[in-house]
Amino acid sequence: MEAAVKTNTLKDRLYAEFETVKSSLFGSLQIREQAMESFLKHGIPNRKSEEYKYVNIELMLKGEFAFSTDKTTSHEQIKHTKFLKDAIDIVIENGVFIEDLSNIKSLPKGLQVINIAEAASNENFSKQYSKYADVNADIFIALNTALAKGGVFIHVAKGTIIESPIHIINISSAKENLIINSRNLVVVEPNAQVKFIESFETVDSSAKTFNNSVTEIAVDENAIVDYYKIQDENENGYLMNTTQVYQKKQSVFSTNTITLSGSLVRNNLNIVLDDEHIETHLNGLYLTSGNQVVDNHTLVDHRKPNCNSNELYKGIIEDKSSATFNGKIYVRKDAQKTNAFQSNKNILLSDDGTINTKPQLEIYADDVKCSHGTSTGKLDADKIFYLRARGLSETSAKKLLMHAFASEVVDTLKIEALREYVEEKIAKRFE
Amino acid sequence: MLSIKNLHASIDGKEILKGINLEVKAGEVHAIMGPNGSGKSTLSAVLAGREEYEVTEGEIIFNGKNLLELSPEDRAREGVFLAFQYPIEIPGVSNVNFLKTAINEIRAYKGLPPMEAKDFLARLKEKQKLVELDGKLANRSVNEGFSGGEKKRNEIFQMAMLEPKLAILDETDSGLDIDALRIVAGGVNKLKSRDNATIVITHYQRLLDYIVPDVVHVLYNGKIVKTGPKELALELEEKGYDFIKEEVNA
Repeated sequence: MEAAVKTNTLKDRLYAEFETVKSSLFGSLQIREQAMESFLKHGIPNRKSEEYKYVNIELMLKGEFAFSTDKTTSHEQIKHTKFLKDAIDIVIENGVFIEDLSNIKSLPKGLQVINIAEAASNENFSKQYSKYADVNADIFIALNTALAKGGVFIHVAKGTIIESPIHIINISSAKENLIINSRNLVVVEPNAQVKFIESFETVDSSAKTFNNSVTEIAVDENAIVDYYKIQDENENGYLMNTTQVYQKKQSVFSTNTITLSGSLVRNNLNIVLDDEHIETHLNGLYLTSGNQVVDNHTLVDHRKPNCNSNELYKGIIEDKSSATFNGKIYVRKDAQKTNAFQSNKNILLSDDGTINTKPQLEIYADDVKCSHGTSTGKLDADKIFYLRARGLSETSAKKLLMHAFASEVVDTLKIEALREYVEEKIAKRFE
Repeated sequence: MLSIKNLHASIDGKEILKGINLEVKAGEVHAIMGPNGSGKSTLSAVLAGREEYEVTEGEIIFNGKNLLELSPEDRAREGVFLAFQYPIEIPGVSNVNFLKTAINEIRAYKGLPPMEAKDFLARLKEKQKLVELDGKLANRSVNEGFSGGEKKRNEIFQMAMLEPKLAILDETDSGLDIDALRIVAGGVNKLKSRDNATIVITHYQRLLDYIVPDVVHVLYNGKIVKTGPKELALELEEKGYDFIKEEVNA
């Protein structure tokens, strides 16, 4: 009897929740129903699912969960999360856009920031929403598309250059366990340039939050977009973060995913290069400790000729934590003259830590330059000795080396204030 | 300043040093010469505190302290400096940042506050000039992409910055062209004072034309088998190490 209840509960409860709220949620009901159907067909992945074998989703979603909560945090409580001066701050608390915590009163010309729950009437929104993140491709995209309640729609008009960075601040704050499905759509029109920072933090939280967040980003011709993610939730934070990017001709997209904390973080970063002369930079850094689990899955899909992608993920693994890097690169038959490079480097500081690294290159074109490499090791004893021979303690020698290891990724952040913020965070981590 | 008595050391169970005795006083320059495999590099590694080497017998007293009981960093903080034969490349760590950290940790050990930024910069400038090190190199990552000569110059630059009491130059001349050799030797000579001492470890006499030793020791098969004035180096150059081997084996 009890066993039957256990196997059914979560999926059933998610479905029941869907039936209750579906007509009150934004956007097309048809899209939501298709998404729910796909979710019900596949269900929650277990450890036998190839794509999720290193993250224990069932364990993560054990226990009772609520689906919504009222806004609980104040200006004062989230002040520290607005760490970038001169940024356009967008606050999303528990998956819902909170206008009065954000500062979007006087936006630069050509930039629109709209509560996604109120965006349905916007033509740009309805044309592109759910167009890139395929509900049949991944179970968490399906779940999010079915149940998403809030988030933002950001539109950058043709030729607009936004000087100030746009900072999307995701705050998890729960008094009871919470499942959040937050959803963003970013549309950048031709020749526009814009920089985003998306941060994830826990504030005033005493219960678990499972944030299944999906962001679709459309980068049109000749547009230049930077999208940086800083994941810094506490041990109550469980994050399932999908970023679906679609690039058009001659566009440049640079992204950097920095994971500093959180109980479990799974990133699905999928980038489609669907025209010629596109440039893509993917960088990532994960510093794991305790029992933390961090899993980065990336997919770079080269569909057309003459494009470049460059990927570097680095990690430092401590204690009993575990990190996974799974990097897929597809070079399709048409994608001649592709340059695609990938590298994953790890430092394992403890005997109990785990690193799983799996580069996967699938190349169907014959005139391409592609490479991948991966390394995992301890801190170099010769380097440590050299530094100690100059008077540095063993601890500070190690700190300096870890900092140096991380800096290769941190240095790719083009916003100086952000780089300083991250460097400070890393320095604190190594203390 | 330095007193080594009956030093025996081994690695992986194999004895390399078989009873070294050496006395170095402040103000002196000692050269230790010897053929390959005689134990020269082992001696410098043991002095600097490399943990792979096991000291099985003997003692090393440095300014009244038992050096063998000190960690590598505490030896450096007490004033021992080893110029590495093969300096290590450390990508991502800038020379300047590294030296600032080193100086301040040495100062903290002595109970001194961190060095003022302007004093540090002044010293940096002055010492860079001393070894004719390009300012750009000083700002780069430690030894990363440096040529052999630049690496050796960087060792002497670090030595100049840290102002040690005892400098050990391990085969600093290897791989240096004559211009670089002159610069490196010039740097060492300018740093010489009545209060510090230098041990030059080398296979060849060449460097000793520029850094003139007070005493020359010949190391062979883990022992110092001959000690003499600077002319001994010339004799070795002329006759080769074979005559030492013959003398010892006779």
